[in-house]
Amino acid sequence: MSTVPVVDDTAPSRPVAEPVLQVRDFGVRVGHRDLVREVTFSIARGERVGLIGESGSGKSLTALGVMGLLPEGLTATGSARVAGVPFDLVGASERRLSTVRGRDLAMVFQEPMTALNPTMRVGDQVAEAMLIHHTRPDRASARRAGVELLDQVRLPDAAALARAYPHQLSGGQRQRVVLALALANDPALLVCDEPTTALDVTVQALVLELIVRGVQSRDAALLLITHDLAVVATACERVLVMYGGRVVEAGPVDRVFTRPRHRYTQGLLAASDLLAVDDRGRLATIPGSVPPGGRFPSGCVFRNRCGHATERCESLPPWSGESAGDGFACHHPAAPDEGWGAGGRP
Amino acid sequence: MSAQAIRVRDLVREYRRPRTSLTRPGPVVRALRGVSFDVARGERFGIVGESGCGKSTLLRILAGVDRPTSGTVEVDGLDISGLPERRLRPLREKLQLVLQDPMSSLDPRMRVRDIVAEPLVAQSHSGNRERVAELLRAVGLSEEAADRYPHQFSGGQRQRISIARALAPRPDILLADEPVSALDVSVRAQVLNLVTDLVEDLGLTLVFVSHDLSVVRHLCDRVAVMSEGQVVETGPTRQVYDDPQHPYTQRLVAAVPTIERALAGASTADLAAAELRAIEAMAEERTTA
Repeated sequence: MSTVPVVDDTAPSRPVAEPVLQVRDFGVRVGHRDLVREVTFSIARGERVGLIGESGSGKSLTALGVMGLLPEGLTATGSARVAGVPFDLVGASERRLSTVRGRDLAMVFQEPMTALNPTMRVGDQVAEAMLIHHTRPDRASARRAGVELLDQVRLPDAAALARAYPHQLSGGQRQRVVLALALANDPALLVCDEPTTALDVTVQALVLELIVRGVQSRDAALLLITHDLAVVATACERVLVMYGGRVVEAGPVDRVFTRPRHRYTQGLLAASDLLAVDDRGRLATIPGSVPPGGRFPSGCVFRNRCGHATERCESLPPWSGESAGDGFACHHPAAPDEGWGAGGRP
Repeated sequence: MSAQAIRVRDLVREYRRPRTSLTRPGPVVRALRGVSFDVARGERFGIVGESGCGKSTLLRILAGVDRPTSGTVEVDGLDISGLPERRLRPLREKLQLVLQDPMSSLDPRMRVRDIVAEPLVAQSHSGNRERVAELLRAVGLSEEAADRYPHQFSGGQRQRISIARALAPRPDILLADEPVSALDVSVRAQVLNLVTDLVEDLGLTLVFVSHDLSVVRHLCDRVAVMSEGQVVETGPTRQVYDDPQHPYTQRLVAAVPTIERALAGASTADLAAAELRAIEAMAEERTTA
């Protein structure tokens, strides 16, 4: 029933689009503690993939690690390749990374004020992004292109607004400037980390639509990181579910959100459904809370909060399901038609 | 005893922004422009709106930490709008507040025992030790939690501590300002269930302020939608959500992403349609002007 293109790593016989991002056996460590482990996924050209999970699940670390932006003391392992970039992003020098960051891969973070230079006019900042990577021949043409980009993100009177400083703009306008900046060099991959979490719901709708339009018109790949399942369901075609530093389930949005297999995904969907209540009017919950980074149990990372856990869960569950792009890692998965929530929603 | 727990009439609050020029006074901001509503005893009342709509100003006035420029607020029949701080004690016993960010609303240098007992100390109650233990149990924390500090708890547990503190003086009315918006999904459901339990068991009147329409719909019987300092629509939550009357409410409801709508085929373009139309209209106005 799915019309969503599934990137299939295990069956090369099936024709698939060339992946824009290919992450293999990726991990993030601090000292001897693993914060992210064995993360493998790929994103095809023009594909929009959501990465969901609660805080502390490792989703932001995965994105930062891929872009070579990990904080001091954290190291990335494994491999992350981007189409058109001749070297592996993991382990690449800052000097080489800086030639691809902002050009082949670009990012939008939650807080636009930290991404913008407060002492520089926003039009100049967008123009600078293009001048640094030499994608425009001179300052005048970069400025013109910058105004056009600001207009594309529906900023009112872009020519005048280009002369504004970040503090003169609202939060939603600032985030649209950051988006214009990220799209300036037509990146192959756009990574957005909680881009709308700080925004009002009407502004969120607008920014999400501009992100989707931006990547669609450039045939770019999108990795959208958020804790909001509804945002991913609306904006993405495929979803990766992270918990405890591991990808525990992946697949097309309409499969994962209607027929989750991993018990964590099932619990997360049930807990986020504010319309489904039991006969006492109470919401479904997941017992306990997310442990602090790196302190997840061995074996299945979810087993200390899972109602289905047995001794078997002390060993790491293998990946099962159709492919690397559509499957789950759980010893006691939900039945394919089990759904989620008290009444087996939806 | 009044039938209404809270009665608000023609509430206006004006601020003066800091001056930007030496010769002219700062511009006046009208945060509330004549707000009126009632909250019945035992009701669960939601206030929804986006940032800058005046909902936090309204809550501050209800809690007696800010004063209106004009208009009246009655809590349990007591007009609090003109009272000096020293005469607000009856209000503090009746009405308590839970804030959004439990990290900044709990003193990091105080033990949980002292945090929860603080409203009792301020009102010189006695027998605090047993009361604190009882409160911690009521919000689902162990009694040992009393000897620890806020940073030793997770976000959800901290919000439970805030709720225990608010309940300490046995209030009739609980005001909550975005109490779950900083929490993870799985913990959010736990805290919402706790609020439901407490409201039912203790027979509280709840005023719940949020930008999140879905949370308000789950928790509240009635809702007021605020925009630009005014209440633009009130009604039973379900009705306002399913059949919004005011154009602003319609825009707000249309922009909320839900899993159901997305699976039924709603795209980001559908959610943003109203916003994009508003932007086009503004652009047209500018070109004709």
